[in-house]
Amino acid sequence: MSFTRNLVVLSLALSAFTSVAQAKELVVYSSRQDHLIKPVFEMYTEKTGVKINFITDREAPLMARLRAEGVNTPADMFMTVDAGNLWQAEEQGLFQPVQSEVIEGNIPQHLRSSNNMWTGLSLRARTIAYSTERVKPEELSTYEALADEQWKGRVCLRTSKKVYNQSLVATMLESIGEEKTTEVIQGWLANLATPVFADDTALLQAIDAGQCDVGIVNSYYFGRLHNAQPDVKVKLFWPNQEDRGVHVNISGAGVTRHAKHPEEATRLLEWMTTEEAQRIFADVNMEFPANQALEPSAEVAAWGDFKADNVNIEVAGRRQPEAIMLMDRLGWN
Amino acid sequence: MARPSPAHKLRWQLITYLAAGLVLMPLLVLLFSWQSVDQTIWGHLLQTQLARLIGNTLWLVLGVGAGVILLGVSLAWLISLCEFPGRRWLDWALMLPFAIPAYVLAFVMVGLLDFAGPLQTLLRGWFGNDFRLPPIRSTGGVILTLVLVFYPYVYMLARSAFMAQGRGLMEASRILGQTPWQGFWRVAVPMARPAISAGAALAIMETLADFGAVSVFNYDTFTTAIYKTWYGFFSLQSATQLASLLLLFVFLALFAERHAQGRNKRFPANDKPRKGALYRLQGPLAWLASGYCLLVLSIAFIIPVGQLLYWLLSSGIADLDSRYWALIQNTLLLGAIAALMTVVVATLLVLALRLQPIRRVRGAVALANLGYALPGSVLAVGIMFFFSFLDNNLVVPLRTWLGAANPAPVLLGGLFALLLAYLIRFMAVAYGPLDTSLARIRPSLPEAAQSLGQSGWQVFWRVYVPLLLPGILSAALLVFVDVLKEMPATLLMRPFGWDTLAVRIHALTSEGEWRRASLPALTLVLVGLAPVIVLIRRSARR
Repeated sequence: MSFTRNLVVLSLALSAFTSVAQAKELVVYSSRQDHLIKPVFEMYTEKTGVKINFITDREAPLMARLRAEGVNTPADMFMTVDAGNLWQAEEQGLFQPVQSEVIEGNIPQHLRSSNNMWTGLSLRARTIAYSTERVKPEELSTYEALADEQWKGRVCLRTSKKVYNQSLVATMLESIGEEKTTEVIQGWLANLATPVFADDTALLQAIDAGQCDVGIVNSYYFGRLHNAQPDVKVKLFWPNQEDRGVHVNISGAGVTRHAKHPEEATRLLEWMTTEEAQRIFADVNMEFPANQALEPSAEVAAWGDFKADNVNIEVAGRRQPEAIMLMDRLGWN
Repeated sequence: MARPSPAHKLRWQLITYLAAGLVLMPLLVLLFSWQSVDQTIWGHLLQTQLARLIGNTLWLVLGVGAGVILLGVSLAWLISLCEFPGRRWLDWALMLPFAIPAYVLAFVMVGLLDFAGPLQTLLRGWFGNDFRLPPIRSTGGVILTLVLVFYPYVYMLARSAFMAQGRGLMEASRILGQTPWQGFWRVAVPMARPAISAGAALAIMETLADFGAVSVFNYDTFTTAIYKTWYGFFSLQSATQLASLLLLFVFLALFAERHAQGRNKRFPANDKPRKGALYRLQGPLAWLASGYCLLVLSIAFIIPVGQLLYWLLSSGIADLDSRYWALIQNTLLLGAIAALMTVVVATLLVLALRLQPIRRVRGAVALANLGYALPGSVLAVGIMFFFSFLDNNLVVPLRTWLGAANPAPVLLGGLFALLLAYLIRFMAVAYGPLDTSLARIRPSLPEAAQSLGQSGWQVFWRVYVPLLLPGILSAALLVFVDVLKEMPATLLMRPFGWDTLAVRIHALTSEGEWRRASLPALTLVLVGLAPVIVLIRRSARR
């Protein structure tokens, strides 16, 4: 197989060449999608001249790749969505601690790793969506109340395979305990109007079309649908305002343990928490900025103010297996 | 036949062992995963999941298997033996659904036919709010969708098998008083059995490996459980253990295929290929045949593409920019190189088995074809571990020794790793047509060439290669189209800047942006159309 040999020699030569010229380049592994990170990275490159190479995939394969590459990984930063995933990456030892006054000043503590391994960069609420035609907002109160008899045949849910639901249930386990959580999920499932959906957008469209009346979705999916279809007959409701608040989750990033350019990567991470970067990072996906000094965009602000659940977001990761097993046992597919 | 020298024998054997070794590499990773078992996860899986998953997977395999055979064989029979209005263009048009990736048809079907979709909304407008179609997000819906994307495998292989059966046999059966129906059951189908079962086996392996389509339906199979265990419990080990159980299903499918092929596998075409139609359908029967073919084509291709076009025009066109050219280029280039590599290796494999039909070689060849049934991500993980092992233990130390500062891994994240993943994954796709093609070369031909003093090498180039050319072309085109559609391995192993159309589709659909995904999806279908049309027209009946 001299072809193979030539290829190996060639790629060795090529990479030897590139390693000389790589001082001004950073590598990011990201499970946040291309079109949601590119604008931010392009702005950074424009400002600093540092080029950012990134690869996108689902979080688990990227973590497996980081682990497999070990000390030789080219990745300087790992970026993902959902606190559960960030916590998991920390558990697997994929991050290195970053002490930075800039980040500590910009991002509140409950949205960061307690060991400074990662920081949240944007916030999304997983909340209740309802049909403006068939539901009065006064009828709604809490996530738990959707288990009541009055919602029989009117509830839509997304699959339990999505990490957003796993994190929601994990925080419920933490706040209201296993017994109560079990009852609530049983109630939700008994109230289902149709088998669970594969994604939030389809769920929102089902509410709009009249297949069901209420459902639980991430806020930005509603934002996107509302943008595409301003007359959509669905609205968001902020539940649990009398007690723990709306379940929020984050997208975030950290510097990898074996980063080749840790200082440069830290600078990028710091910059991403500044107002300038946060504006784009949050707005491009209709999320809430993690930097609390910044107001959400006008579109997002139009959904109204709410009290967020300030339970430490790491819970989502710690209790994730427990949450999945509970949902499996109860038949939430 | 001149006896091949021992060295010559060994060379052919080595080729098959090497190819088998490539596939063995990710499989070994699966087997090594059994070193320890996470009892919490397995206890949970056994109690709450496995029975349902196995049931679901079996239903899917049975449903898709029966469906693709029914659809593929009936269409192939009509097209290759009958004459009816529109037959000439339906001949190649019925192959077009092959260009649509399963995950794309899945999101189109759900978008079109679910409660909130345009069809049901329209029907509710006519018949009142209580009107319901049977739910598309159901076992039946998944089976229908997968049958519509995978029937072309059976159609294509059965069609060429029917056409290769010379006119003589069927005419003889007619003269002997058999009705066309009896002729079909007693002559044509038994003779086409190897082709039909090979096609069905490909469809079933695709079904077992599918993740994209079933997850759109939220239909839980073995594959979705593998991913759930990996993504949810973050236990790659338990996930690979599940994957190795999936392989059991594959072995069963392959065993069934071998069984279905029967003992008498070789039917040399010792008859002139049929030129004209055997049955000229008249009147209502002819229109029924046209209508049936057109119906399948509409549901599997015309309507889905129409829906994609509608979505594109209503929302997706804004995404069209210069970056799309790069995506198309990457997609085409990867497809072409992978097709070339795979066909070369598969050709060597079929010849090796022909020249050395011993048990060990047979086993190695069977092993080399297994990669097709592995879920793409699992296969990719196996290759990834293997390559990073080489990188960390061989390449990096070597380069450090050569004086490079901070050497990065070269194999993983390089183009070669990705191409190798394609090679392993799509070997079976190339092997099928080549094997069928070789089966038609009667051993007497190369024997004659040898007795005329041609060396082994000359026989290879001057007898086998020219005669295998149609098979080689079919194999290359099939692999090409499959690589275009491939998603999970491309996602995990592509080098920086090598995004493809499938990667873009994933970026959008994973965010639930089905409508915006219409642009890359439609582009992918268009790019895949040309090779598919070439594939089928080349062998069209005149």
